[in-house]
Amino acid sequence: MGNSRPKLADGFVVFVKRDCPTCELIVPVLEQLYESKILRTIFTQDDTSFPKLPITSDDTSLEVSFSHRIETVPTLLKIQDGIEVDRTVGWSQDTWKAFLNIEDLGPENIRSYSPGCGSLSVDPDLQGMLQKKYGSGLVSREVTFASAEDEFEAMYDRGWSDGLPLIPPTIERVQAMLEGTKRKPDEIITIVPPDLVDLTVEKVAINSVMAGCKPEYLPVVITALETACGDEFNMHGLLATTMPVGPVIFVNGPIRKSINMNSGMNLLGQGNRANSTIGRAVQLTIRNVGGGRPGEVDRATHGSPAKYGLCFAEDEEGSPWQSYAQDQGFSSEQNTVTLFPGEGPRMIVDQLSRSPNELARSLAMGIIGNVHPKLVMGFDAILIIGPEHASRFAEAGWTKEQVNEAIINHSIRETDELIRGADGISEGLPEAFAGSTLPKLRPNGGLIILYGGGAAGLFSATIGGWLSGDKGSIYQTREITL
Amino acid sequence: MTTSILDPTNEQAPEHRERAQRISSLQGATIGLLDISKPRGDVFLDTVQSLLEKKGAIVLRYVKPTFTKPAPVDLRHEISTTCDAVIEALAD
Repeated sequence: MGNSRPKLADGFVVFVKRDCPTCELIVPVLEQLYESKILRTIFTQDDTSFPKLPITSDDTSLEVSFSHRIETVPTLLKIQDGIEVDRTVGWSQDTWKAFLNIEDLGPENIRSYSPGCGSLSVDPDLQGMLQKKYGSGLVSREVTFASAEDEFEAMYDRGWSDGLPLIPPTIERVQAMLEGTKRKPDEIITIVPPDLVDLTVEKVAINSVMAGCKPEYLPVVITALETACGDEFNMHGLLATTMPVGPVIFVNGPIRKSINMNSGMNLLGQGNRANSTIGRAVQLTIRNVGGGRPGEVDRATHGSPAKYGLCFAEDEEGSPWQSYAQDQGFSSEQNTVTLFPGEGPRMIVDQLSRSPNELARSLAMGIIGNVHPKLVMGFDAILIIGPEHASRFAEAGWTKEQVNEAIINHSIRETDELIRGADGISEGLPEAFAGSTLPKLRPNGGLIILYGGGAAGLFSATIGGWLSGDKGSIYQTREITL
Repeated sequence: MTTSILDPTNEQAPEHRERAQRISSLQGATIGLLDISKPRGDVFLDTVQSLLEKKGAIVLRYVKPTFTKPAPVDLRHEISTTCDAVIEALAD
């Protein structure tokens, strides 16, 4: 990433360009400093014969000027042990005398002050090229806070936060973050709604730093965003809806372990850095790059704490069944991320069922309440079966498919109980559905079963979905690109 | 200490555009009614249509495939090239 800054020899060096009246003005001064051997080097930005002195050095490539962040010409630097210890900008006879510690400087009649001109190395037209060639390789605008500004408050003031503090995305931190992926910073990974902006790896890295991610989480964040912003997942709709949903993210494969994700006790809660920051990085990117902010395009009536970012891993090692990713045809060595349009999680308690059939019936009843008990088929669900519940099924030899099918079958309702007006409640299905039966969840895909949670507790957790299918959002699994 | 950080936003400024010319009369004007596919939006638009027609407007009806996604670009193009004005109805 980028080149190291060219070292300067100890002593005084100055940066000039011919196309600067101040630099022209001080040519006699530079000649005097050369003759008295005070000045070591003159870096010229636009004309190698200006000034015509043996110590004039070609910086028409602007490498030295750019690397030393020269903003004005002339700028005089003092170098000690290869490091800049002081600089003065523009021409001021008194300042230069003090800076160089000499009594007489320049002809008697020289103008004593002239502010100088802009350095070619800060020419906006050249920034992209210079950044690429000599800079960090990053093209995002650099924002410099004033010395009296608190950077944490300043980031809040600019509207970049989800309400929680952000880690300042310094160039060094962003560069370190980018080490987490093999992708190039300028690669465009997707178009992010609602503003439909090209999303680069660099912008994802900046927002991932702010969210608190470690570099090794970056591939998960990038693949999650690629998935979220695809037409099928419909992130635009998730943002714009009045319902309290966001992209719920879960991870399968060896990367869960290598980045220390939590798939056990409190997997949906606080306390694990990867779980807590990956989803947050996704949401911050959508906020800051896509422009998706609450109260603007995000119209959620109540929202949900899950919208800070809900991310967890499946406990593949503890599960009596193969992983969700394997169910989808991925191998156990492949890393995947799945995005589901969902609300926050809710517990289903059943401490008394002992047979698999009664537990399936019980879990179905728990899910029937999602969104509204009288609304069926339109909303998928995740069920995270806890270890104690899962063992009821495993001990009886039930496969995951059997569990899934049994829960959906037990969720079948008489539609007479669901139509508008039934039970004295207007909400419900249109009258035309009367006299039939329908399951709460659509068969073949309406229920995602995962395994996870702490060893103790006869509970499972459900995450209710948003409008399923091509009218709303289709949940997606993708292999993580490192 | 001075801190420099990288801008996390898209760094884009919205383009300023003038509003389209307002229509001065409904008489003979072509008005598009865009149903976003929310339940009962059609009921609302039926009423709007009859009110507009009483005032001499020619009404054309359009439907978005789903309320969860922006209107397809072809539909937006058709409305903008066919109609003098459009009313987009959001109802529940």
